[in-house]
Amino acid sequence: MTELLLIMVSAIFVNNFVLARFLGLCPFMGVSKKVETALGMGMAVTFVMTVATVVTWFIQYFLLNRFGLEYLQTIAFILVIASLVQLVEMVIQKVSPVLYQSLGIFLPLITTNCAVLGLAVLNIQKDYTFLEGVVFAIGAALGFTLALVLFAGLRERLDLCPVPASFRGTAIALVTAGLLSLAFMGFAGLVKG
Amino acid sequence: MSLAREFTKGLWRDNAVFRLLLGLCPALAVTTSAVNGLGMGFATTFVLVCSNFVVASLRKVIPARVRIPSFIVIIASFVTVVQLCMEAYFYDLHKALGIFIPLIVVNCLILGRAEAYASRNPLLPSVVDGVGMGLGFTLALFVLGSVRELFGVGTLLGFTVFGAGYQPLILMILPPGAFIAMGLLLAGMNRIESLRK
Repeated sequence: MTELLLIMVSAIFVNNFVLARFLGLCPFMGVSKKVETALGMGMAVTFVMTVATVVTWFIQYFLLNRFGLEYLQTIAFILVIASLVQLVEMVIQKVSPVLYQSLGIFLPLITTNCAVLGLAVLNIQKDYTFLEGVVFAIGAALGFTLALVLFAGLRERLDLCPVPASFRGTAIALVTAGLLSLAFMGFAGLVKG
Repeated sequence: MSLAREFTKGLWRDNAVFRLLLGLCPALAVTTSAVNGLGMGFATTFVLVCSNFVVASLRKVIPARVRIPSFIVIIASFVTVVQLCMEAYFYDLHKALGIFIPLIVVNCLILGRAEAYASRNPLLPSVVDGVGMGLGFTLALFVLGSVRELFGVGTLLGFTVFGAGYQPLILMILPPGAFIAMGLLLAGMNRIESLRK
């Protein structure tokens, strides 16, 4: 149980996917201008990440490893994620049009979110068991959402500040992300390894 | 003439990292040293040129509706080639780049060029576009890697630059340093652009 808790805390704070591992930077820079959209994106990613981890775990251990096809990992995983995103999109559209409305535009973007593929590959590299993998996925996704929402809050403030002309836009956003990442490094002592 | 333009646009005007902000994840993650930046850049360039070549030659065969999945399969195949070659011949680099080699698949730059350029243009311009964009990406990673290595360790490509008395600014090779260095470089580029006008 402690083991699982450690994986979770480490994935959210210490090895935050965005700020320490640099995964999922495109949506991090792209959809972090407002707090609400950031939350929506975070929710969509959390959902896809968890499902993708479950599916890729089974594919790795029951298909690729069993038939000696490990070298197909990259192709297999990206195809699974791409079709999964499509499927999730269709299901949400049918089941809950309201949720679809709020997530709609973000869903297709998730296929090229390297955090999802990165998570699936990391999961296999770390030899996690099924349960550990799922906990790791949820932690990573929560960490992603946390970073995205915090950063969106900072950027909303930043809009009101007088920024030197050359720094306007992405440049100051990156420096801000650097400071946020610095703050997250304070968690480093929390979990060893 | 126009081919030369296709080639040079990737180096500065439409530079993938500094201008279009594509492929930020590998650009920030692997540039703890200039060598790592170069390695990642060349691996990406190889995949980009090959995928542009295949996409451009198949552009009339692939049905429009399934083009994105087809592009992804093409890209993923070349990424697997790069991954296995690197593991066999450049093991140290393979270990340093780690998870970011399979992640070349989701580098927005490659899918972006396949969709925006190679699927609409003939073979030769597409390959030239791929080489130019890829080298521009490599250049950006090399510059970012050099800056971080220079201030973070005091060396450049492994050679000591600042001498033994230099107190390294370790922050630069840690994750926050990547964001900050990139932000400062972008601001510098904006400044140069505004001065040129």
